[in-house]
Amino acid sequence: MYPNQFDYHRAASVAEAVELLSSLPDAKLVAGGHSLIPAMKLRAAQPGNVVDIGRIAGLADIAADGDSLVIGALATHASVAGSGAVRDGCPMLAETAAAIGDIQVRNRGTIGGSLAHADPGADYPAAMLALGAEITAVGAGGARTIAASDFFVDILTTALADNEVITSVRVPCAAGGAYVKHRHPASSYAVVGVAACVGMDGGNVASCAIAINGVAGKAVSADAAAAALCGGPASADRIAAAASGVGEACGEPLGDLYASGEFRVHLAGVYTKRALALAAERAGA
Amino acid sequence: MGRYVGTSVKRVEDPRFIQGKGRYVANIQLPGMVHVAIKRSPEAHARITGMDTSAASAMDGVLAVFTGQDFKDGGCGSLPCGWLVPDTKVPDRPIVVTDRVCHVGDSVAVVVAEDPYIAADAVEAIEVDYEPLPTVVDARGAMDDGAPLVHAEIEDNVSYHWGLGDEEARDKAFSEADEVVEIELVNQRLIPTAMEPRAAAAQWDAASEEMTVWTTSQNPHPIRLLLSAFTLGIPESKLRVISPDVGGGFGSKIFHYPEEVIVPWVARQVGRPARWVATRTESQMTDSQGRDHVTVAKLAMTSDGTFTGLDVETWANQGAYLSTFAPLIPTALYITLLSGNYKMPGVFGKVHGTLTNTVPVDAYRGAGRPEAAYLVERLVDLAAARLGRDPLDLRRQNAIPKEDFPYQTPVAFLYDSGDYDRLMETAADRADYAGMRAAQTAARADGKLRGVGVVCCIEASGPAPSAVAGSLGSAVGFWESGEVRVHPTGQISVYTGSHAHGQGHETTLAQVVADELGVPMESVEVVHGDTGRINFGMGTYGSRSACVGGSALVRSAEKVRAKVLQLGAHLLEAAEEDVVYDRESGRVHVKGSPDSGKDFGELAFAAYTAHSLPDGMEPGLNFVSFYDPANFTFPASSHICEVEICPDSWEVSVLRYVAVDDVGKVINPMIVEGQIQGGIVQGVGQALTEIGSYSDDGQLLSGSLLEYAVPRADLLPGIEVDRIETPSPHNPLGVKGAGEMGTIAATPVVANAVLDALAPLGVTHIELPLTPERIWRAVQAAGNGA
Repeated sequence: MYPNQFDYHRAASVAEAVELLSSLPDAKLVAGGHSLIPAMKLRAAQPGNVVDIGRIAGLADIAADGDSLVIGALATHASVAGSGAVRDGCPMLAETAAAIGDIQVRNRGTIGGSLAHADPGADYPAAMLALGAEITAVGAGGARTIAASDFFVDILTTALADNEVITSVRVPCAAGGAYVKHRHPASSYAVVGVAACVGMDGGNVASCAIAINGVAGKAVSADAAAAALCGGPASADRIAAAASGVGEACGEPLGDLYASGEFRVHLAGVYTKRALALAAERAGA
Repeated sequence: MGRYVGTSVKRVEDPRFIQGKGRYVANIQLPGMVHVAIKRSPEAHARITGMDTSAASAMDGVLAVFTGQDFKDGGCGSLPCGWLVPDTKVPDRPIVVTDRVCHVGDSVAVVVAEDPYIAADAVEAIEVDYEPLPTVVDARGAMDDGAPLVHAEIEDNVSYHWGLGDEEARDKAFSEADEVVEIELVNQRLIPTAMEPRAAAAQWDAASEEMTVWTTSQNPHPIRLLLSAFTLGIPESKLRVISPDVGGGFGSKIFHYPEEVIVPWVARQVGRPARWVATRTESQMTDSQGRDHVTVAKLAMTSDGTFTGLDVETWANQGAYLSTFAPLIPTALYITLLSGNYKMPGVFGKVHGTLTNTVPVDAYRGAGRPEAAYLVERLVDLAAARLGRDPLDLRRQNAIPKEDFPYQTPVAFLYDSGDYDRLMETAADRADYAGMRAAQTAARADGKLRGVGVVCCIEASGPAPSAVAGSLGSAVGFWESGEVRVHPTGQISVYTGSHAHGQGHETTLAQVVADELGVPMESVEVVHGDTGRINFGMGTYGSRSACVGGSALVRSAEKVRAKVLQLGAHLLEAAEEDVVYDRESGRVHVKGSPDSGKDFGELAFAAYTAHSLPDGMEPGLNFVSFYDPANFTFPASSHICEVEICPDSWEVSVLRYVAVDDVGKVINPMIVEGQIQGGIVQGVGQALTEIGSYSDDGQLLSGSLLEYAVPRADLLPGIEVDRIETPSPHNPLGVKGAGEMGTIAATPVVANAVLDALAPLGVTHIELPLTPERIWRAVQAAGNGA
């Protein structure tokens, strides 16, 4: 559990972090350190330079902005889970943050770090997809905004350039959302985690989004299943029928010692059903 | 009775532990200390065709790199096996391999460096060429024709065959049986996960030629013996082994490991103190592992449900080498327990100890006894299902009646005492078993998968009569030593050969001695874990410390009392028969006049001043006893648990867990309850979450705590613990072991509950652990796809 030798740099600003990432060979960002440092201790990651952005001021703020929440990249999972603005505006996001890891992880790990790491068993990605979040990153050419649907590329791979730093996440508020999770008994990562958003119009489902962690190499949206629920009531039968279609979205599922890909696809259906039912109830169905 | 025994005295060791003041091997800091790291094999079976250590040796801060040949040439012997059943074939187990690795994690080379970071870098810089060899990992598959050989000289990968029981009675039982139930099951590989990883440190004093070794051991004296006689070659008189605070063992820290040789050897070579601390990754791949049996068995009975015979054949995976006590576990601690708590004449079991390209397997909490309990208790539930009987009722019908104790089983053991019917009745009352069954019926009517599990389990604890152990294959005796040293002020130091690594001996053994002598507990200090301070000891495992270590201290305290009484009579100018030793106050006084007496402290001082001693009495007040138990002790338990299974995602929720145990007389109820609860959690881990698994090519698939799921607090509801007491008749404290009973009962009771829940779906067996996926697949296979 001894990492390789590396040089440590503390960035005082986002601009300095971008500059360090651009100029130093083999550089990695660290914020809460709950993805990178375990990997370094196992020598699975061996960066030559570590750029610490954890103390940059103003990057951990959480604020409501119209119908959205703007969450700073350094906001810890615990602060997202406990934020009044998040709990009021987007309870599903608070629920997601509260489902991550354990207390220690939630107190140290950050939303920006989790998104940039893009672990297939992470909890935030499905919520980002289902909510239609946008991720703002700053690179050498300035800031840009990346839709969550474009952000997650593959296992541990995102659309971020090597020298880009996530600064904030803009999350549209949604009252009718839910995140449910089957927790890995060893790692606490999501074996399956399903985020669902439901919007009601009268007695019918007007909008629906479903996204799933843990099954494929990256979080996936189950758009066809979500569409199937729209245009009718959020009845148990219709929810079950919609949920039965999520397997197609899962692609080539991942498996491990605890749960095979086949079982994860089964769980994805079960947990989608639960997430939709809860989301619809919260949406006033 | 005295003031302390039987009461929940708070643990005197806890203030230092909870304030971070414990002193573990990793806390040992000595001037000039160097750090040791070990190159581990990534291959399960391979020939080493080349090794280049030059880059590592050339690194700044690296003092030396040693290979297997260096250790061999430097006089290090191979690791011995301390328990040999007849005709055991023992593969050579070098400290560091020279030409061939036999499991992932085998030691390949050793680096000594100024700090642990440099040591780790140097390990990475060592290049080893491996020529992979075919592998075998399965306990039974190892004996297949054409299976690759782990060691060319050991035919069929069989280390030993062993059998015990009454074959004639078994044959009669099965030929006359009305009903026979059969099972084939795997008792899966487990990875003991002590909070503190293994570690070793050493200091060589070149002037006195004395070596001090600190090690995370449950038994420092046997480690010193093995180091001296087999592996390191330093005389015992020049070798001090210290096990300071140790953070959990669960059996895995009993054994003699290569690092305990490597570290002192290199300390002497480089002339500086040295230390090695395992990483968690190393712990997963080098600590001895547990269980790993494949078993086929059948139970014979009459139509009224009377058990008549049990036939068992087990293939026990011993791993790549024989760890220190490996052959003991599946033989004399497993086959001997197959009679369970039941009266049945025709029990016979045989076991094949096989070698595979996996980490060595040895004792892990329960050690053989959980394997027996899981097998027997599953068979009893199958029998109940076959006969349409309530499983608790069938158990009570077959339980050994209390008037039959001492009870001779057909598999060697003579059970000392017990009342299994009362045990089960108490558990049923405590759990409201009838109410649980009624609730189950109602839940099933609501479409829920509710199950109730019940077990009655036996343990053999407190090993062991040395002559019996010797006859069964032990190379050592299993007595314990206990010294009570009364200082002139009346303060007392107690030296025990037992070793605490979480059990609380500093509290419980002080309770025992304080009550024996009638002195305040505060004046009794318990010393353990240091061969330089304790004359000898066999250590702690097999739930033996109270039974054997405690009894040795009672014997020494009796000798102190006798001498104090004699001295008191002399100083009171009374005849010995006219004075009494008051065990409440520690005073010696003339019978009938408590005021005319002498305090314990006065008498201790008088023993040391020796100004006036009875004729022939030596000065001083210090006694040592070596206590060899007359028998094992036989704790028993009846646990009941209630589970519900989610009918689409298949997670198991434990709703209630009731444990009633009989561990004989109880010294400290709080500590016993903690032991029972901790044991239960470990047993539930085996039932529900722990998967120790190897790929066919010998890669450890559960090599980190990201994959290997140790049980957590949220796995269980509050555990309801109760007990009955049938004192052991053959030790002076009446105690039986409490450390393993929980583990032994927990695995089968949860398995029984889960399978009871699934019975309406036609599922009769699922291999452990009972993960959601395994349940899902079993339900599908039973034709109830969901």
